[in-house]
Amino acid sequence: MSLVEQSHAAGGHVGRSLRRKEDPRLITGRATYVDDMTLPGMLHAVLVRSPEAHAKIVSIDKSAAEARDDVVAVFTGEDLADLASALPCAWAPEGVELRQVEHWPLARGEVKHVGDPVAVVLCEDRGRAFDAAEDVFVEYEPLPAVVDARASLQEGSPLVHESLGTNESHVWSLGGGDLEGGFAKADVIVERTVENHRVSGAPIEPRGLVADYRAGHLTIHTSTQVPHFVRLFLGLMLGMSEERIRVVAPEVGGGFGAKLQMTGEEALLAWVSRKLQRPVKWIETRSEHMAVCHHGRAQTAECKMGVTNDGKITAFHVEITQDLGAYLMLLTPTIPSLGAFVMNGVYDMPAVQTDIRGAYTNTCATDAIRGAGRPEATHLIEVMMDQVAAELGMDRLELRRKNFIPKENFPAETAIGIVYDSGDYHASLDKLLTHVDIAEVEASKAALREKGILRGIGFSTYTEICGLAPSRITGPAGFGLQTGLWESAIVRVTVTGAVTVYTGTSPHGQGHETTMAQVVADQLGVDPENVEILHGDTGTGAMGLGTYGSRSTAVGTESISRAAEKVAKKVREIVAHTLEASADDIVVQDGKFVVKGSPDKGMALADVAGMAHVRPELLPEGMEPALEETSFYDPANFVFPFGAHACIVDVEEDTGKVKVVRHIAVDDCGPAINPMLIDGQVHGGIAQAIGQALYEHVAYDEDGQLVTGTFVDYALPTAAELPSFETDRTETPSPVNTLGVKGIGEAGTIAATPAVLNAVVDALRPTGVTYLNMPLFPERIWRAMTDAKGGAA
Amino acid sequence: MGTTTKVAVAVTVNGQRRSLEVEPRTLLVHLVRDDLGLTGTHVGCDTGNCGACTLHVDGEAVKSCTVLAVQADGTEVTTIEGIGREGDLHPLQEAFWAKHGLQCGYCTPGMIMAAADLLERNPDPTEEEIRTGLEGNLCRCTGYHNIVKAVQEAAQHGKGVSA
Amino acid sequence: MIPAEFDYTRPSSLDEALGALRDGGEDAKLLAGGHSLVPLMKLRLAAPTLLVDLRDVPGLGGIQRENGHWKIGAMTRHVELQNEDELGLLQRVATLIADQQVRNRGTIGGSLAHGDSASDLPTVLVAAEGSVTATGANGPREITAADLFQDYLTTALDPVEVLTEVRIPALEGYGWGYRKFTRRAEDWAMVGVVALVKKGADGSCEDVRVAFTNMGSTPLRASATEAALRGGGLDAASIAAASEQAAEGTSPPADRNASADYKRHLARVLTKQALTDAAGL
Repeated sequence: MSLVEQSHAAGGHVGRSLRRKEDPRLITGRATYVDDMTLPGMLHAVLVRSPEAHAKIVSIDKSAAEARDDVVAVFTGEDLADLASALPCAWAPEGVELRQVEHWPLARGEVKHVGDPVAVVLCEDRGRAFDAAEDVFVEYEPLPAVVDARASLQEGSPLVHESLGTNESHVWSLGGGDLEGGFAKADVIVERTVENHRVSGAPIEPRGLVADYRAGHLTIHTSTQVPHFVRLFLGLMLGMSEERIRVVAPEVGGGFGAKLQMTGEEALLAWVSRKLQRPVKWIETRSEHMAVCHHGRAQTAECKMGVTNDGKITAFHVEITQDLGAYLMLLTPTIPSLGAFVMNGVYDMPAVQTDIRGAYTNTCATDAIRGAGRPEATHLIEVMMDQVAAELGMDRLELRRKNFIPKENFPAETAIGIVYDSGDYHASLDKLLTHVDIAEVEASKAALREKGILRGIGFSTYTEICGLAPSRITGPAGFGLQTGLWESAIVRVTVTGAVTVYTGTSPHGQGHETTMAQVVADQLGVDPENVEILHGDTGTGAMGLGTYGSRSTAVGTESISRAAEKVAKKVREIVAHTLEASADDIVVQDGKFVVKGSPDKGMALADVAGMAHVRPELLPEGMEPALEETSFYDPANFVFPFGAHACIVDVEEDTGKVKVVRHIAVDDCGPAINPMLIDGQVHGGIAQAIGQALYEHVAYDEDGQLVTGTFVDYALPTAAELPSFETDRTETPSPVNTLGVKGIGEAGTIAATPAVLNAVVDALRPTGVTYLNMPLFPERIWRAMTDAKGGAA
Repeated sequence: MGTTTKVAVAVTVNGQRRSLEVEPRTLLVHLVRDDLGLTGTHVGCDTGNCGACTLHVDGEAVKSCTVLAVQADGTEVTTIEGIGREGDLHPLQEAFWAKHGLQCGYCTPGMIMAAADLLERNPDPTEEEIRTGLEGNLCRCTGYHNIVKAVQEAAQHGKGVSA
Repeated sequence: MIPAEFDYTRPSSLDEALGALRDGGEDAKLLAGGHSLVPLMKLRLAAPTLLVDLRDVPGLGGIQRENGHWKIGAMTRHVELQNEDELGLLQRVATLIADQQVRNRGTIGGSLAHGDSASDLPTVLVAAEGSVTATGANGPREITAADLFQDYLTTALDPVEVLTEVRIPALEGYGWGYRKFTRRAEDWAMVGVVALVKKGADGSCEDVRVAFTNMGSTPLRASATEAALRGGGLDAASIAAASEQAAEGTSPPADRNASADYKRHLARVLTKQALTDAAGL
């Protein structure tokens, strides 16, 4: 149920819940995802992957596979010796020693995790490619494997990369304030180990691509969130000049960070296509996705919070061990650091410090998965808030309110030195409490207990850091990413007044073709139907950095809006010139640029466009013809969405099984462009968070074998497991951009897990359980209750 | 292993009779996508869990990744392309659009085909019946919230209309 | 994923099917709905060389009531069981199998012949003390539920034999319950319990059957629980006491969702619930 009255901005399209421009092709089955593409002469690629967690490759016998009908070639790591460079890790911060090895698209000499690719079979037919892959015989000499990140940092652990002499990739710290002094002032210090276990992004469309090299030019269609990155790195890896490479993200069936990557398969297929001079397709199977598409979270945090008896936080120290998996991929080591930027959450903490150790293990690499570092941070902060409240005997919401950064402090610089743009945390929590009656929940507990049901309610008040940009902070001089994170846009008005917008972002389900059109439509006085958003193609239009980190609205749409404003300014000048008025007096009204106060005196965009294209001699002296503008936008700061979530759960006392009964979310991402789509983002985010808390866990056994290799074992929640969600909003504009907007794509995932965990702990308190870590599988809860009972007896 | 003998399959797809020869191992989803070019039916897993490949065989929803093409010989198959088209949308297609029941769209065709089977069996389902009825289809984007709303809407407005 | 290559034949009589099985050798397999077999073939965990499709073999369908039994053709799909309210327990269990798409294709014969102790229908057959008819070169024979399931994915069916019919006592006068514990609605049972209770005129327990899904390599009966209740009084206390013995003699396979201990615990909890349902308490 949406509790928000859908707001209707006066006359405009921004603020309205327009149905999506994307949908007609999607609901009729007419969209083109990468697996829907077939090129003449196209080969199919199937990869041969390691069944071992860690092994030396003794030999590879590909003769039987090569002898099969329809097999064109089989390549192994040595065939790719002519690659100009290895797969990239984009983080190289000054002053941090980052120990890493070269990571190649096909293993060279050793395999480091189950699924590590060893060979690729190219075949005329996909089924026969699978047959041939079974005939590539690889002899392995198994080596000792390490699976647990903390164990991997112990003396004597097997080494993932012998050449590094250690499994520790790096250490990194971020903090501010007097930590020791803060703890000295504390009356109570609470310490907990908080787990954020390993999960999979698991978009329903797995990865896949078609690479087509011909006549010195490479075109690749790949299911990615970052086509421009992929182009850059393909050029570097293949030793090709970038102008000859075109990367297209066709319809992309979900990303969730899993497709924010420069993958080995992309480089491999491009190489194969160049080698064989034929188009090649690879479509990831779900089993492959579970084994080799980067995972997320996988961190353990030792958390220590100091508070005074009256509930003021004095210091917060978090020591994170981050499981990196076997390789550093594009952003692998940076992920926990993103959380460190907001480790004080929504609270005024005089001293806060995050220390991170990266650890290699014989598992699939970890990297960005929806939220990327901030869900982990929010989870541990909000779990600690409940633990501290319990320790103090204080109401958990009172503790939160006592420490909220007050509204009047914004923009608020934190102890870490980050400036939160805007916020009103009391307002979110107040609004949340209009939807949930805590007293009623408490009152229902006793009767439910009679029936064997333990009911609990949990909360999370959060902020996050998104709109990934400001290059000055994220870039080489700051955090250490080897790129700026700006965004660009081109707004082009054709002779008939139709509007085409090119964005450097790469939407894949969020609905930006609609929301971006809403923004431009208002600025140019046209219907959103007549504003087409083109994206995800390095061969057309704007350069950009892609869609992730909740940046496509706060950075991408702002960039579009700035280009549209340049167009509008030119239109105003033309209209003023034509109607002999002042440009400052021209306003958009009812689809026309009119003279303020004289609505009958004006020109439609189509009239102006016609003049600008066909009769440029009528334009003001010196003005260029046509109507097209470009913008490049690098914001001054991140944006910081925030809000408050509540979750109500029922736990079966007999079995430990949890059911989410209600989940209520109040989020603030600034003024809504399309409220319906915001709610949709929040719904999906909550579901993914509940998935992590209750159902999902990428698990390896102690030998490094993946035990959750399919959707049978890796349990995404279905409709039957989830309730309808209740969403509401507050709207606090950001001063960072002219639209006042913040991101919302990740907020649900960032906010919701601790609310679920806190609710379960609340439910279990009558049984003596006071603390528990995710994943909250029934047996874990049952054991906690059983142990607590044993302890009490 | 030698090459197996191809088998003749005659199947009526979206009202049109098609005859072709397939390898016995060809899955129905591949027949529809690769041989007939109807790419609206998707593949999202390899264990029959995700339901993205759901289409109708003789009016009932099936997971076409778990049905051999030869098993569909002589049947009537309906895919997402066959239940409605631009300008003449099926009530479920309309409702998914109106209620924002999709984001990336990848699960959507299967979800709509499963929902059509559900409404055929139970034209006036409760929310719980919708949720249980769609247990065979995974969506990663929507949290199912608006999918449920869309099915409710279609049940309201599309009563008696079947795929 | 795509299965390994195989040959395919679609016989139009039982004799032809048996002939094809015989000629096809040890790697020939029967194909009913395919919803146990095809998933294994796609992951290449099974690679039969020949599939003998039973869909054109006459006489393998239909649900009939006869002499206190239900006679159900082997090719009867789960959805047909789901739609037949008169079946009681069997109808209820059918609605809980996987999801609707699977129920639209999967068959009772295929499920029983696959012999997966994590499946729901074998447990019903064991609890109800039903049987199947298997037809081979020497004609039909009847195999009781107790004999049919021999080990994990292993049944008493001969490789050149077709399961043609399922006979399940109609169990007049029995109350029933089925409790299936899953992480998600569509999942296989972590543990499932069928309970059947026949009350005497005085309300005592005239007969009781309890059988488990996924508590061993075959569907198991909870003999100790049954013995504790049979002939005695039926009330919350007696059911609770008897359920405490439910896990005796079981050997549940541990998996990452549930240890053997937890499964035994679930067996006790679910037995109590299923018996309570069956006793109408």
